Amino acid sequence: MTRDIIVVGGGASGLAAAIAAKEEGRDVLLIEKEDTLGGILNQCIHNGFGLDVFKEEYTGPEYADKYIQRFYENKIDHMTGATVTSVEKTDVGFEIVVASTKAGIYKMSTKAIVMSTGCYERTRGSIIIPGDRPKGVITAGSAQRYLNINGYMVGKSVFILGSGDIGLIMARRMHLEGANVLGVAELMPYSNGLTRNIVQCLNDFDIPLFLSHTITRVNADKEGRLESIVLQEVDESFQPIEGTEKVFEVDTLLLSIGLIPDITLFDSLEVETDPKTRSVKVNQAYETSVSGIFICGNSLQVHDLVDNASKESERAGKCASDYVTEERTKTNKTLHIIPGNNLLFVTPQKISFDWESKPIVLSFRSNKKVEKALLIITQNGKEIVRKKLFFVVPAEMESLVLDINSLDKTGDVRVDLEVVL
Amino acid sequence: MKKEFICIVCPRGCHVTVDEQGVITGNECKRGIKYVETEMNAPTRMLTTTVRTVYPEIPRVSVKTDQPIPKGLIYEAMDIINQVVIDKPMKIGEIVVKNILGTESNIVLTKSCLK
Repeated sequence: MTRDIIVVGGGASGLAAAIAAKEEGRDVLLIEKEDTLGGILNQCIHNGFGLDVFKEEYTGPEYADKYIQRFYENKIDHMTGATVTSVEKTDVGFEIVVASTKAGIYKMSTKAIVMSTGCYERTRGSIIIPGDRPKGVITAGSAQRYLNINGYMVGKSVFILGSGDIGLIMARRMHLEGANVLGVAELMPYSNGLTRNIVQCLNDFDIPLFLSHTITRVNADKEGRLESIVLQEVDESFQPIEGTEKVFEVDTLLLSIGLIPDITLFDSLEVETDPKTRSVKVNQAYETSVSGIFICGNSLQVHDLVDNASKESERAGKCASDYVTEERTKTNKTLHIIPGNNLLFVTPQKISFDWESKPIVLSFRSNKKVEKALLIITQNGKEIVRKKLFFVVPAEMESLVLDINSLDKTGDVRVDLEVVL
Repeated sequence: MKKEFICIVCPRGCHVTVDEQGVITGNECKRGIKYVETEMNAPTRMLTTTVRTVYPEIPRVSVKTDQPIPKGLIYEAMDIINQVVIDKPMKIGEIVVKNILGTESNIVLTKSCLK
């Protein structure tokens, strides 16, 4: 039996993609590695989810529940406690290998795949902190899981490295559970978290935020547990400034130093990657360079709002459905989107005229804080879009819909964010 | 005195200013005015945390205040919520603490606890 679509991952993104594809009438199977659906939303017990999609403010588990209920109503086939371990191309589409705790290891065939595998946290290994290798250094997301799902604290006195949203939220959470949260250090001169999290997680509880600071040493006690950290200010080129060292005695260091899309399932496939997003390249239909494999949510690009991940994944699910049902006339006309001035990345990276009817939803992040900006999109020396934007910050992803009819069939599309003084 | 706020009603995060005459500027929508007025006079916060259960498979269930509570009552509310133990199956939205600290806000489950 060959499935129409297999969705890999049952978090916010996978649920939305599976529902969209099923509502289009496709035969869909969703595979989730955990025992429950909902993914990372289950441990994100704070509120602020759903304002865009539901016009109401929900907590993570509540937001997940909305989608899980719709998923069940649609009677979508799914497996939990099952991990997809490999993907191979075949004549009909793809063959995947699934390892399940209940059913063992077996193969499955599908016409299309939606990858919604989320992202993982950068660990201590990805940055260099000199010093000992003690216990008590842990990623913020792991600590969040231990506290909110398993119900135990990872430490009593805590310092946090990195001002990403998970770090900020864990600062408040650990503080409210009685830990002494001594501060949050951020290498950059601005925070990487949403402003509301700076306000409500740090300012509300007088937890200090040390901008342009980093941790330059971790010290262990005789038992190999974290005993203290050294915080130091950095200069414009991120070099520690001598004489600014401050020592904090802590038993826990939480790392909130970035998220990386999980694209390990592409290892066996030849796929075009984008070093800027650390994921794979897609066209406006969220189709990767491997025709028939779609990708969305945090495995495509790390979102700051789940609402955006859901909406993106819904579009991706519909595109995967169209891929299965529609004969596509191969025009082979593809445009490349080039991120220009002041931008960290732009997705999609390509525009395919095979998917002419699909909206081109551009997502991008600036590489610095810009109070007033002009987003300018050009092709073949011609200006296509000029849009004013206010308060553009790296922490908040921006988006814009581009009309395919405004584009020539050849010539790179360049996106620039110009600073207006 | 001129006061600056960052509106956190929605993810936009408007930088709202209140000048000496009490004129509010910088808000993109009406909710910004309400937010700043509340922050100046009687700040409130939604509180989200977890409660214990007797079920080893689900040791913790997430809860929230169904309405924002006064910011000054957060620690007291945490003390009360930390006394709660779920010992029967309960559904998302069910109340575990009624009218906490007389605030008219209830502590409700944000996840079902179904064994």
